[in-house]
Amino acid sequence: MFLLALKMLLGDRAKYWMLVGGLAFSSLLMTQQYSVFQGLMSWTTSHMRNMRASIWVVESRVEQVNESKAMRDTDLNRVRSVEGVDFAVPLFQGVLKARTADGSDKMIQMIGLHSGTLYGRPPRMIEGDIAQLRLPNSVVIDTLAMESTRLGSGMGRPLKVGDVFEINDREARVVGICQTERHFFGYPYVFSSYDQALQYSPRQRKMLSMILAEPKPGWDTAEVAQRIMKETGLRAFTVPQLEASTIRWVWNNTGIPISFLTTIILGFVVGVAVCGQTFYSFVLENLRNLGALKAMGASNGLLAGMLLFQAMIVGLIGFGMGIGLTAFFGLTVAQSGQPPFKADAAFVFQSLAAVLVICALAALFGIRRVAKLEPAIVFRG
Amino acid sequence: MTTPLRSVNPALPTAAPVVFNSSGSLAVGARGIVKVFGVGDARTQALKGADFEASEGELHLIVGPSGCGKTTLLSVLAGTLSSDQGEVNLFGTRLTGLSASEVTRFRCRHIGFIFQQFNLIPTLSLVENVSVPLLLNGAGRRDAEAKAAERLRQVGLAGRERQLPTQLSGGQQQRVAIARALVHEPRLVICDEPTSALDSMTGHQIMELLSTAAKAPGRCVLIVTHDPRIYGYADRISVMEDGRVTHVHAGASLSSYIHSENRS
Ligand SMILES: Nc1ncnc2c1ncn2[C@@H]1O[C@H](COP(=O)(O)OP(=O)(O)OP(=O)(O)O)[C@@H](O)[C@H]1O
Ligand SMILES: [Mg+2]
Repeated sequence: MFLLALKMLLGDRAKYWMLVGGLAFSSLLMTQQYSVFQGLMSWTTSHMRNMRASIWVVESRVEQVNESKAMRDTDLNRVRSVEGVDFAVPLFQGVLKARTADGSDKMIQMIGLHSGTLYGRPPRMIEGDIAQLRLPNSVVIDTLAMESTRLGSGMGRPLKVGDVFEINDREARVVGICQTERHFFGYPYVFSSYDQALQYSPRQRKMLSMILAEPKPGWDTAEVAQRIMKETGLRAFTVPQLEASTIRWVWNNTGIPISFLTTIILGFVVGVAVCGQTFYSFVLENLRNLGALKAMGASNGLLAGMLLFQAMIVGLIGFGMGIGLTAFFGLTVAQSGQPPFKADAAFVFQSLAAVLVICALAALFGIRRVAKLEPAIVFRG
Repeated sequence: MTTPLRSVNPALPTAAPVVFNSSGSLAVGARGIVKVFGVGDARTQALKGADFEASEGELHLIVGPSGCGKTTLLSVLAGTLSSDQGEVNLFGTRLTGLSASEVTRFRCRHIGFIFQQFNLIPTLSLVENVSVPLLLNGAGRRDAEAKAAERLRQVGLAGRERQLPTQLSGGQQQRVAIARALVHEPRLVICDEPTSALDSMTGHQIMELLSTAAKAPGRCVLIVTHDPRIYGYADRISVMEDGRVTHVHAGASLSSYIHSENRS
């Protein structure tokens, strides 16, 4: 009977495509928007993956990784003296102006690394040697900075190792090129030593942006972070804590999640509306046939099962098409990384569940109608 | 309450009265069926205490003026409509004593349906349409389709199993409906105006098929009709008027009734 149920629906080409199309559109909207949202959210924490520190110590009011408030230089020693801390190093981070070939300014994300350890260095060097950051006036740039030809000296080509440009009127010589994940603000990364970074940056009373720390072997990271907070009054995060705090901050302080959520809910509602409507009219048009089946002894349960089955099958097909389109979109934008796109298996199952809920709701209207149907109607002209 | 029965023409032999006998051959028995539709101004009493009976091996026509309650009575007898009062017995089972789902199961197993508008599912092939009652009774698809194809052959549609109903004429569609109604060997076959959408030649072919079907042992065929051309196929005719069965004709009374109806 279920096979016949499927044929009944497939026989109605117009309705079938309307249902599949509606569901494909709805799944596309939900999955694509969700993936872009996930991508955006991953941008908000990309900074942590570019730096890879175990414990992040910041000024007590800082809530997220893309923000820093300067601390006193003495804070570094206070952190170092906390029990369980293996080592702690200073970090400078700030958005500075680099001079482009045509004389205008370009914003860059300046990172000053502790020159002794280079702790917080980017995960992958493409060219050059990060150790050369210890030489005066040297920087390592990421590929985004490299490709930004405006930074070069008017050569109209990407920057290379050995090229020179200016940051705040000071010479910066490229000694290496690294791979980074795009920063939330979208500025290219420029790494230098901590002391060098202070020279590039306009002079201020307090210059220490963050302290990166590592727990002693055998110590629990979260516990050490807790100790740092208790003993210094500064704020210390482990990686998962800072990630969570950063995402919470985005939820509380930007309209991004709400606007994406709205679109996703809209996709769901459109799905329910289009499918519910189409499926219901399919049921109405087949009322005589369903009545005949009922007269011939099909129980309400069987008919409900058949309608549900029909709805679920179009749901799966529509979802398949929608997720296919989303994947296509993802592959298309993967090259440029704009807009950000991030999908995972759990999310595929969640959106599949959402689509099946849409289908179940659509079928439910029809099932209610059929349950109330008097089989005797088939005798009426 | 019993209804006094009058014959159409007192000069003709008297119609057999509606009595409940306990003979083993009683297929359908109904007593005192009342059915009311709607409430208030829209209230219609479609059946006003109708009595009815039919025997096994019988092709039984139910006739009467439009609106007298024929379709309603047939629906109650088939268990597709519940009555407000009265009792229905089918082959020794008290239908009125069963739960809704038991009635559904009973219909599924023991009743075949033929509708005026054929009601074949347009997107399914002939063999799929015919196999539906078997599938509803739990048969496997291959089995069901093999039996369905055999039935289609019996109604003269061999080789057209994979066609769609829309590719057939009305008469051919009604044959498919007959194949579907008989495929699961039901004991009761219910037909509402099976010939009224057909021309008279096709109507006769359909009636031939149905009267052959009625001869199967233990089976009863009930037909509601307006069509005097097919009265000749009847073993018995129940005449309805205003919500009741008023006359039943069989034997000699039947011949003269048919004669008088066909003349008028
Ligand atoms: N579902 C319903 N709701 C309201 N009234 C109904 C319903 N079904 C039947 N009736 C009324 O009950 C009465 C008997 O109807 P029924 O269809 O049984 O007559 P019939 O003898 O089959 O007529 P016809 O020969 O025109 O088919 C009619 O007055 C009809 O209007
Ligand atoms: Mg009728």
